[in-house]
Amino acid sequence: MRALSSRPLWVFGALLALTWVLARHGAGWVGAEGWLGDGGLEWAIKYPTAWVIPLKDYVSAAMKWLVEEAHFGLFTFTEFTRAISWAIEQPYELVRALLAEGFMDGPGRRAKQVFPPFSWLTITACVVALGHYARDWVLAAIVGLAFLYLALFGQWESAMITLASVIIAVPIGVVGGLSLGILAYRHPMFDRILKPVLDLMQTIPIFAYLVPILFMFGFGPVSALVATVIYAMPPMVRITTMALKAVSPEIKDFGVMTGCTRAQMTWRILVPSALPSLMVGVNQVIMLSLNMVIIASMIGAGGLGFDVLSALRRLDIGGGFEAGIAIVILAIAVDRLSQAFSERSGHVKPDVPGARWPARHPRATAVLLVMIAAFILGRFLPFFQTYPEEWWLTTGDFWDNSVKYLNINFYDEFEAVKLFFLNYFMLPLKRFFLGIPWPWACLMVVALGYHFGGWRLAAMNAVMTIFIVTTGMWEKAMVTVYLCGSAVVIASAIGIPLGVLAGTNARAGSAIGVVIDTLQTLPSFVYLIPVVMLFRIGDFTAMVAIVAYALVPSVRYAAHGIRSVSPELVEAGVVAGCTRWQLLTRIRLPLALPEVLLGLNQTIMLALSMLVITALVGTRDLGQEVYIALTKADTGRGLVAGFSIAFIAIIADRIILASARSARVRYGLEEAAHG
Amino acid sequence: MPGWMPTKPAGKAGSRTKARASRDNNTRGQNRPRDMPPRYTTPTSPMFQAVIRMTPPVKLLCKDVWKLYGTGGDTFLDKTPDPSFEQIKAAGLIPAVRKANIEVREGEIFVIMGLSGSGKSTLVRCMSRLIEPTRGALFYDDRDLLKATDKEMIEIRRHKMGMVFQHFALLPHLTVLQNVAFPLTIQGQKRASAEARAHEVIELVGLKGRETYYPRELSGGQQQRVGIARSLADEPELWFLDEPFSALDPLIRREMQDEFLRLQGMLAKTIVFITHDFDEAIRLADRIAIMKDGAVIQVATPEQLVLNPASEYVEEFARHVSRDKVMSVGSVMTPGATGAGDGISAQLKIADVAAQVVEADQPLTVVDDTGLPVGAIGRDAVIGVLIGKRG
Ligand SMILES: Nc1ncnc2c1ncn2[C@@H]1O[C@H](COP(=O)(O)OP(=O)(O)OP(=O)(O)O)[C@@H](O)[C@H]1O
Ligand SMILES: [Mg+2]
Repeated sequence: MRALSSRPLWVFGALLALTWVLARHGAGWVGAEGWLGDGGLEWAIKYPTAWVIPLKDYVSAAMKWLVEEAHFGLFTFTEFTRAISWAIEQPYELVRALLAEGFMDGPGRRAKQVFPPFSWLTITACVVALGHYARDWVLAAIVGLAFLYLALFGQWESAMITLASVIIAVPIGVVGGLSLGILAYRHPMFDRILKPVLDLMQTIPIFAYLVPILFMFGFGPVSALVATVIYAMPPMVRITTMALKAVSPEIKDFGVMTGCTRAQMTWRILVPSALPSLMVGVNQVIMLSLNMVIIASMIGAGGLGFDVLSALRRLDIGGGFEAGIAIVILAIAVDRLSQAFSERSGHVKPDVPGARWPARHPRATAVLLVMIAAFILGRFLPFFQTYPEEWWLTTGDFWDNSVKYLNINFYDEFEAVKLFFLNYFMLPLKRFFLGIPWPWACLMVVALGYHFGGWRLAAMNAVMTIFIVTTGMWEKAMVTVYLCGSAVVIASAIGIPLGVLAGTNARAGSAIGVVIDTLQTLPSFVYLIPVVMLFRIGDFTAMVAIVAYALVPSVRYAAHGIRSVSPELVEAGVVAGCTRWQLLTRIRLPLALPEVLLGLNQTIMLALSMLVITALVGTRDLGQEVYIALTKADTGRGLVAGFSIAFIAIIADRIILASARSARVRYGLEEAAHG
Repeated sequence: MPGWMPTKPAGKAGSRTKARASRDNNTRGQNRPRDMPPRYTTPTSPMFQAVIRMTPPVKLLCKDVWKLYGTGGDTFLDKTPDPSFEQIKAAGLIPAVRKANIEVREGEIFVIMGLSGSGKSTLVRCMSRLIEPTRGALFYDDRDLLKATDKEMIEIRRHKMGMVFQHFALLPHLTVLQNVAFPLTIQGQKRASAEARAHEVIELVGLKGRETYYPRELSGGQQQRVGIARSLADEPELWFLDEPFSALDPLIRREMQDEFLRLQGMLAKTIVFITHDFDEAIRLADRIAIMKDGAVIQVATPEQLVLNPASEYVEEFARHVSRDKVMSVGSVMTPGATGAGDGISAQLKIADVAAQVVEADQPLTVVDDTGLPVGAIGRDAVIGVLIGKRG
């Protein structure tokens, strides 16, 4: 690797070799009788339980105090959370009743529907109208078909419950993100505080804060909504601040020169001017909310996510797959709609005054007509109210059968692939990581931090690794690193060449682009279903699912890096008589290296966030720790494990970013920070 | 026709009253052009005394304005009261404006000219208090601008100042009409009256019929017309234009300059106009301030700049100007002499009268505004200007 300046190269090599030897034989040496007296250096391999700081117990106790005793003078903490619950619950119940369940009267199970929800026809008509309004008939047809699919395949009610939670979570996320973003834009101080918090929020796996949320809001849709909002909001905050900063300084000057007050400046100049970028943020919030659907169902959200989760637990492959596809279809429909709206913003022609309301709003009129017709007809003919169950189509058997077929006929092949990877790649890696003595590993991490980022990064790394070690998380952290590391290696091995291909060949590029776009709309859990079906549970399954999920950024960034190499340099290479291979290896790849490193960074982040989900399939890492904490509602355990994952993520992130920056500085793409 | 602006087509009184009609409580609405002084103020001129008498009041005064970018500019100026360019640089600061002294008089077009990075934008942003000067004082109509509170500044900007931007700064999500009405709606005017006024100014800048277009559907020149219309909508007294035509291609630029002169002929605002183009400055200015490295190195009429450049730097600009378009008959005539013919106006440029004078057998009479003869101009003087002899 030329990227690391040449002198430390052999240093790195030697250190790596030393680490390997230590990992391989260290346990044997220190365990040997008579070496350094009685227990030897046993403690260096296995962190003694007696030394563990019971941080998780402290946190649990603090949480308990918070919920049971904390008092803010006027009200208790519990009253506070109840008030939030109530405020979220009201609109949610309303939307849910309108879309899915109708208005009920009476106690519990004997409740009778007093007013039906919107008919499936009404809602489909509504999205078709929105599609046409936002772009054209093509989009209208796409979203219409998507919703018809949901009805035809019997996923309607679950899908509407999911949609209801999205409809509530998105506005809260958008308004919250916008307000925080505006505050951060106005007050640089606040920005400086907010930034690390956002960083942490995005690196702590969602699971970790599910536990405290569960503790505060109890099991149910409110908890799920709160978790969804927390998960979906950070990008909106960032995009808002960035978009406001990016408004042209002339427009800001114009605002001042017109005599705008601060409020006018924000709402009449900055926000409207930044609207296209803000809409990208809204789209992000929507997609992340949908991404959370399955995870949220672990703490009480119903709907499609719940269907997938329970199917996954029952290993009901067909059912899980159907519900998973329904999520994907819903996500695609909502994504395309919101994208169309964001591209549309600003194209609005003022309407012609004078004409009557129905003439000016043909779409709204049509939807109203459908609604009234469906309501009246639905009183007599149930078809118009609910799509009849007898007519449901199902592909569940098909999936069940094809998995059966594959498993019966190709069992040996699948098994062989799995064993090959396990024996020759994953297990050796696992042994390696678990064998490294922790003091040595800490030293290495700190040294790496010092090499790439100076003493600041070294100190930060030291604090974080010490946290992981002293809270007794070391072994699980190493399993995490091994699982994530092997997934990242494979994802990069597949993703970077694909990205290079996409960057050098336009036709391959557009094909790969479509695949990547689709992969990115899928909620993370969906990857798990087919893999579990074929490989059953275990480390290998987890790794394949992570690879599928984390592949996207390595392709994206590699392609982008290759494309943004200045064409002049490539031409210079051509003139100098480089072959195509030389062009790639001598010019394009080295120059694309910083981008590729950023892609690697993103891959690691995604891999770590997926890691927790794969705990469902029985890995023994930090993810599992969080998952167990979740089922036991053990706040301290969940938070400590969650922070450990976040710290691994942050260490990897900072080291890679620092090395990417030093590569960019070397190529003169960026100014050196000092001097 | 008012003598102060001989090259401009006379504004139609009708459209002026129309433009102002919607705000008849405007106290500054006295039709200024008539009692304006000649723009021609060469000290040697026989009209010099008269000019002194008629010099209009100063609208905007910059006194020793400094702007140093970088941290610690203020303390630096405390320690070194009058630093040189090099001293400032050595202290790690960026000298954007250095001790600028400028008086902008009521009703004149005051052009600030200088190369890119010479501090023009910074100076004008100080004048409008978009940025705070590091040092110095600013007076608007004898009022200390730097002492005005935020609230007062909002009022001043709403009613007294207008600004046109190099890259137009139109709001992309609003139509032409909404863009132009925007400053009025910000002030809380009713939509109907704001749009009525917007229609007036849109017609004034020749964009009638494009009201429902969005900025991106217009050409650069048209966009800048919208920018101009918008800045005129609330009838500012003081009009800042920061390189308004620099983003346009040369033909459109020329057209817009004519348009600008036509508008000023009708509206008679006090104008601070920034450009890095000396020809544009010469063409539009009543007076020009030349900036270099943040300092104002000369303030003079175009004619004085060409005749008496304060430094080689200025001379370098002036060298490439066709002098016959800058110099007036009055500045090359023989004062007090008598000639033939029924009189040439002293304000006319040499270029306008060259053919007439050269063809005549004898020197021709020159008259002032009032029609009284003040001198004569002969063939030699004109040819001297044309072939570029120092005069
Ligand atoms: N916000 C700022 N921070 C630091 N330096 C600045 C800033 N704005 C301007 N400068 C510097 O101040 C000097 C004057 O800039 P200014 O924009 O006033 O020049 P200008 O004459 O308007 O140039 P142009 O014709 O390119 O618009 C330049 O050297 C510029 O780099
Ligand atoms: Mg400028």
